[in-house]
Amino acid sequence: MFDAATLQRHGLTTGEYDRIVELVGREPNLTELGLFSVMWSEHCSYKSSRVHLRTLPTEGTRVVQGPGENAGAVDIGDGLAAVFKIESHNHPSFIEPYQGAATGVGGIIRDIFTMGARPIALLDSLRFGPIEEPRTRRILQGVVAGIGGYGNSIGIPTVGGEVMFDESYRGNPLVNVFCLGIARHDAIVKGSASGIGNPVYYVGAKTGRDGIHGATMASAEFDQASAEKRPAVQVGDPFMEKLLLEACLEVMKTDACVGVQDMGAAGLACSTCETGARGGVGVEIDVALVPQRESGMTPYEIMLSESQERMLLIVKRGREAEVERVFEKWDLHAVRIGEVIAENRLRIKDHGVVVADLPNTALTDEAPVYHRPMQMPAGRELLHQIPAEQLGPLPHPNDALLTLLGSPTIASKAWIYRQFDHMVRTNTIAPAGLGAAVVRVKGTSLALSMSVDGNGRYCYLDPRQGARLAVAEAARNVACSGALPIGATNCLNFGNPERPEIMWQLAEAVAGIGEACRALDVPITGGNVSLYNETEGSGILPTPVIGVVGVLDDASKVLTRAFPSTGLDVILFGENAGELGGSEYLKTVHGLLRGVPPALDLARERALHLLLVQLSKTGAIRSAHDCAEGGFAVALAECCFDGQGTGVDVNIERAASDGGVDPPAATLFGESATRVIVSALPEQTQAVIAAAQAAGVPARCIGRTGGFAIRVSIAGELVLESSVSQAEARWRSSLSNWLDGQAA
Amino acid sequence: MKVAVVVFPGSNCDHDAYHAVKHVLGQDAAFVWHKETGLGGADVVILPGGFSHGDYLRTGAIARFSPVMAEVIRFSEAGGPVLGICNGFQILLECGLLPGAMLRNRDLKFHCEQVAIRVEQTNTPFTNLCTVGQVLRLPIAHGEGNYFAPPDTLRELEAAGRIVFRYTNAFGEPTDQSNPNGSIDNIAGICSEARNVVGLMPHPERACEIAVGSADGLVLLESVVHSLRAAHV
Repeated sequence: MFDAATLQRHGLTTGEYDRIVELVGREPNLTELGLFSVMWSEHCSYKSSRVHLRTLPTEGTRVVQGPGENAGAVDIGDGLAAVFKIESHNHPSFIEPYQGAATGVGGIIRDIFTMGARPIALLDSLRFGPIEEPRTRRILQGVVAGIGGYGNSIGIPTVGGEVMFDESYRGNPLVNVFCLGIARHDAIVKGSASGIGNPVYYVGAKTGRDGIHGATMASAEFDQASAEKRPAVQVGDPFMEKLLLEACLEVMKTDACVGVQDMGAAGLACSTCETGARGGVGVEIDVALVPQRESGMTPYEIMLSESQERMLLIVKRGREAEVERVFEKWDLHAVRIGEVIAENRLRIKDHGVVVADLPNTALTDEAPVYHRPMQMPAGRELLHQIPAEQLGPLPHPNDALLTLLGSPTIASKAWIYRQFDHMVRTNTIAPAGLGAAVVRVKGTSLALSMSVDGNGRYCYLDPRQGARLAVAEAARNVACSGALPIGATNCLNFGNPERPEIMWQLAEAVAGIGEACRALDVPITGGNVSLYNETEGSGILPTPVIGVVGVLDDASKVLTRAFPSTGLDVILFGENAGELGGSEYLKTVHGLLRGVPPALDLARERALHLLLVQLSKTGAIRSAHDCAEGGFAVALAECCFDGQGTGVDVNIERAASDGGVDPPAATLFGESATRVIVSALPEQTQAVIAAAQAAGVPARCIGRTGGFAIRVSIAGELVLESSVSQAEARWRSSLSNWLDGQAA
Repeated sequence: MKVAVVVFPGSNCDHDAYHAVKHVLGQDAAFVWHKETGLGGADVVILPGGFSHGDYLRTGAIARFSPVMAEVIRFSEAGGPVLGICNGFQILLECGLLPGAMLRNRDLKFHCEQVAIRVEQTNTPFTNLCTVGQVLRLPIAHGEGNYFAPPDTLRELEAAGRIVFRYTNAFGEPTDQSNPNGSIDNIAGICSEARNVVGLMPHPERACEIAVGSADGLVLLESVVHSLRAAHV
């Protein structure tokens, strides 16, 4: 029997320990306790979220692989599948920003090529504290350098993403990395063991003491001592991963492998018991055979190490030499460390002596599942009101626009993506920073469009609605590039699930994701949950991040945000309800996080996506951009940036609700959903509006591109005028002013 | 024309070079693994971009010891055209086929962006279809592209017309602001004394199709096709 302190150090409750004894049929030894500790951690077992995740829609005609494998996959045509997933590396990135972010990139890339897919694109969803604070800037600079250092070296382009800033991420930055790869349907490889007597190979980097209990660290809150957890953060070696990637893909082409599993969180422990459990068999290994970087490592340390760039391969008996030859070509270790056994057990030996012997499924399927108590936070009614008396002086719309364009959440992210190789592999057909990321698929006419989105402020005010809006925005961004949204992945970033209010947020958000994914026909094929994003009792805004993948049948029809020329009609799809709740305007200009997030009609949202796909196919529209943070005025300004520098002159209606809180801000900066600004040749305008009406999407021609200014009239009265060059300069320089050190 | 694209274990622009030669230009291309000791009868050698051996020491420092490099040196000494792109340029510097060295970019950051370069010399196999002063829009993607050479070497390079490309603004003026990495004299690419070995930091192979943003790089590949045809006449 272990004492309470030992159990606590292993993140296990006495109740969980009793269950372990019951499942094993005896007291576990310390090595076995370590295995349970990591496999039953929140990070690996999803014990708090699993009951909710089960409600997500995971099936669809295009789904090739749903949740449960290393990554999900959807059919994109031509016998090909897009294999993708998003994963968090939040906790390590706070403790050691460069390595934390770098190994986050490395981990998700392994998940993709483990499936037999060649990774072709990376995106990042990042959250940081206030940029005014030096510590935020230091973390941001480290994270950006780490993502670049890994992705650039391995040669997978980082093609897009999103970044937001809020006080709640001060002590818990979020680093969510999305990766997408391409595989032929018949070449997808599963992470499961089969064939009694088949050898189990360990390939890649040697095992060291780094990252022991990383999964357990990621399953606890931070406190003053967290900086001392640095040894639990792994160190990445992108060159090693590049070798591993090429060698594994080369081996998988030969069909000499029956299963492949990467060693991510919980390392060798997780990969051995999961492959066994998935295949309904067992795995026996001898840790003495594992290549080791340090001397004197115990079986406990070897099993729990999270050293990076390692994979487990189940090889067909008789094909060993073939596999070893490939790894030799790439100068990598490929060592036989054990074999597949008939009993459903994970048996670990050290120099032939059994040191752990556990039923596989006790570690995986039998992990605890909690129905944690949930409670709606108090004071929702108050939160949902925008207190007129707390608004500061109302700025002129011209000034408000410049303030918003300079806010780090809205400002150009060129300072960041310029440090990422976003062009390598020469597939990137939508320039960086212009909306969804789009890569062509060579050898076909296809292109894939990807967007990652999430808005913690909306989710804080109403987690279900915020989550619905996140799915809608990601899918809308994809549709704005002309692509049909076909699949989704989610990364759920929340605080401590043992608090009923947090658990309620999580459950509501998952319900909202489910509703939106069903309505928009984007099944969830996998994802990741990151809980305990709290420091000293203060949690992050609930931040579900959604990645949506879409397919363009004809890559040449891709659309971007920027107005391509002067003399085009500007058409607005959707209705402006003037909703300021949770808006960037309220936060940036008035310092308030209040109100009700925008309403969302999912049927109309879906109709809008199909309309955009149809209009891109026919070539009737020349650009498309959705209204998001900053509302209509910011979206309109962004359409003028990065292109030919053309201005625009529009006249819109006053939003119904405007005139209350802060006119005309609600009309200009309210964030009503399901709105897209498109441009079209004047002779196409009639056809575009007719198509929209047929689809049930409100549409109206609001003006024309041209001139050198952004001019917005409301009901015929000019309310906003700003030169494109001044507005663009503010938008473009904001981040570099902060981060290159000119600003204090 | 047959192009050998040398593949080091950490090369990551090898497929891009292959695609540009084979599928855009319509010429023959083949990958040559760095452990090989022959070039498979190629007419042109491309050392592609990437991180040859991880480049944790200096970029390209280990690559020059790869078995294939002895053959690349022999090929160049026989007058064969060799193009080093990005990491390939760094390797050419490390193995002594081109003079000078690379420093970290002056702001110590990786840069991936479109830049303008001016063609300074047209009497190389990779620029003979260009005009002097022509401005090309090509992407860069590197953290260590700050070219440096001592004054004597620079004078020699200048005197012999071996500075092939310079970073400029869109009007072809080599300003400090248009220099993305701090390279001395805005140097973006140089050639060997015999002019057949050319190295540059920007990526012409990434700029061969309008769909990916620019087709200005294609002229370098078309030039070498032209120069080989001229040699056969």
